[in-house]
Amino acid sequence: MEQRLANTWQMTVNERKFIEMALAADLRVDDRGPFDYRPCTITFGRHFSFTNRVGGSSEVQLGETRVMSYVTSQLVQPYRDRPNEGTLSIFTEFSPMADPAFEAGRPGEFAIELGRIVDRGLRESGAVDMESLCVVVGKLVWSIRVDLHILDNGGNLIDAANIAALASLLTFRRPECTLGGDDNHELIIHDIEDREPLPLIIHHLPVAVTFAVFGEGNIMVIDPSYKEESVMGGRMTITMNSNGDICAVQKAGIGISSSVIIRCLEICAVKAAEITSKINHAMESFNDGRSIQYPNFHPVDVAIQDNLPDVIMDKKQIENLIGHLAALPLDALDRNSNKSGAVVVGTNTRAKFENNQARDGVPFYSPSNWDPYPRKLCSRLARSSLKLSGLPEDVEEDKVNTTQSVTVECGLEHTKGASSSRALETPSEYTTVEATSQYIKAPKTLKDAVKIQNRKMRK
Amino acid sequence: MEYVDSLTGFRLDGRRPNDMRQIRGEIGVVAKADGSALFEMGNTKVIAAVYGPREVQNKGQQINNQALVRCEYSMANFSTGDRTRRPKGDRRSTEISLVIRQTMEACILVHLMPRSQIDIFVQVLQADGGTRSACINAATLALADAGIPMRDLVTSCSAGYLSSTPLLDLNYVEDSAGGPDVTVGILAKTDKVTLLQMDSKLPIDIFENVMQLAIEGCKAIAQYIREVLLENTKLLESRKGL
Repeated sequence: MEQRLANTWQMTVNERKFIEMALAADLRVDDRGPFDYRPCTITFGRHFSFTNRVGGSSEVQLGETRVMSYVTSQLVQPYRDRPNEGTLSIFTEFSPMADPAFEAGRPGEFAIELGRIVDRGLRESGAVDMESLCVVVGKLVWSIRVDLHILDNGGNLIDAANIAALASLLTFRRPECTLGGDDNHELIIHDIEDREPLPLIIHHLPVAVTFAVFGEGNIMVIDPSYKEESVMGGRMTITMNSNGDICAVQKAGIGISSSVIIRCLEICAVKAAEITSKINHAMESFNDGRSIQYPNFHPVDVAIQDNLPDVIMDKKQIENLIGHLAALPLDALDRNSNKSGAVVVGTNTRAKFENNQARDGVPFYSPSNWDPYPRKLCSRLARSSLKLSGLPEDVEEDKVNTTQSVTVECGLEHTKGASSSRALETPSEYTTVEATSQYIKAPKTLKDAVKIQNRKMRK
Repeated sequence: MEYVDSLTGFRLDGRRPNDMRQIRGEIGVVAKADGSALFEMGNTKVIAAVYGPREVQNKGQQINNQALVRCEYSMANFSTGDRTRRPKGDRRSTEISLVIRQTMEACILVHLMPRSQIDIFVQVLQADGGTRSACINAATLALADAGIPMRDLVTSCSAGYLSSTPLLDLNYVEDSAGGPDVTVGILAKTDKVTLLQMDSKLPIDIFENVMQLAIEGCKAIAQYIREVLLENTKLLESRKGL
């Protein structure tokens, strides 16, 4: 604490001696054990609505300490020496509301130190994937900005701020942008209504654990409260993730022996795992809340599906399939208000298919980006389905894979026909068909209304 | 890029993984200051000047039972490869100033000089990695030159982990490789760690090895600093005619 400032609250000698003596006897004033954290609650931004699904705000309460974190993103030019990486910057706001010792305006020493510690833990340890934030190499990258606001200083701001930063980065979604336009040089930033915003790729969660040093450097306690901080001789912050990797260490001040440091590292490993599970728990309950409201919403940690094996069918199977498709009601063919706006087949399908496949981090089976006719397409199948839907037959021939064994990719699995078709010798993954077919009736947007109209007109 | 050659075991500048760069310390380079020193670690050159103990200039900051220690770290415009104008109060400089201040404060016997102020100014003339460590070593020499009572000599050294080898005393190329960089500052005789900073990612057991290596480096520097101070004292004695 900045004890030297004249407008700070000074601790009385009695209180100081009391705390020191208690600690020498292994007792803490608030009746905690030396390695116990105060109760910690993580809450997420309340203004989460369908129109504002970018998330990215969290508030952490650690005992009496309250810290709020906001994440925002912007497209900027990358640094010259790292043209293919995005940037992450941490800013801290220490308002006098939290502690009269904080001065309004420029951040003081401690504010900068806190910002640097959180920054080192998040950025330099590679927790947030920077290369995925690149849009156009050398010209445009996403710049992620984390603002940490200290609302109440009850001691141990570093840990609370770190947890808040992590929680907000985990729930943040950035708008998706693709290259489009006539010559593929125009950058289109998709509105969150059009396309689901994407989460950041976070490899691991670096958690900061702060130790306060007392006495001759032999007494260490975790998570000092405000009063303990005024009495402490020094502080050591170790940022670790649950894999046992040390991400950052910051210690300056009273000397401690290296054996004590090693012991602190071991304690930190345990504490970091605890806090990580707490954060994950909070994230899960938050995401459950989100997915109940918005079934198309995807939590961050959904596994990415790799390329599914091709379905190889012979002519007879295709015939059967076409028969089944013909029997399908029109609805099912009208893919859900696919956020990508993928029409069954049309002139623009090529680009759209590419976009669908190119999108990373989105699971293949999910309803919203689910693509009925991926790259490889059987011409017969396409034409027959076109006849059903009554749209003009302008399937581009060159898209078709005209090898002997016609391969039709997993797009088929959604059809009701596929599940009952014995002709399909598909691997067991496709038994998920039943589940996915329910999702065809996804929430409709304005685009559906438009599509249906077209069909009616042509008929 | 191979930071340790697999055949010969040499690093990019021809050192072995456990070798430190050549160090040189000189006392009394700034005549006006109460104490000053120049410290070189390989190509990194740093000047430290100490003013104090003197009267506190800002009465609002006065502490009644101990001395106030202030520190300012700055890099000269010409210290790095590209000559850029550095803003005085940028975040990195502020953090390093804070870290150096806390480190020196832990070793100065501040309660012997209440209501006074000790200023430490550190200027980097040439930056080739390890500036933080060089600054602390220079500050120690300067404080000793100023005659300020200290518990022990504080020395600092950095170590890293590249190509699966712990490397002592990283230079700029090795530092900017993106691997971990551990800076350690110790009180030489009592073997207590006062400064410990690390960035990037390291598993615990490797971290312990790297930290131990850095501590060894610090002890070697402490040895050298003691020699420099002894020689300086002998010189003063001879000048006084003792």
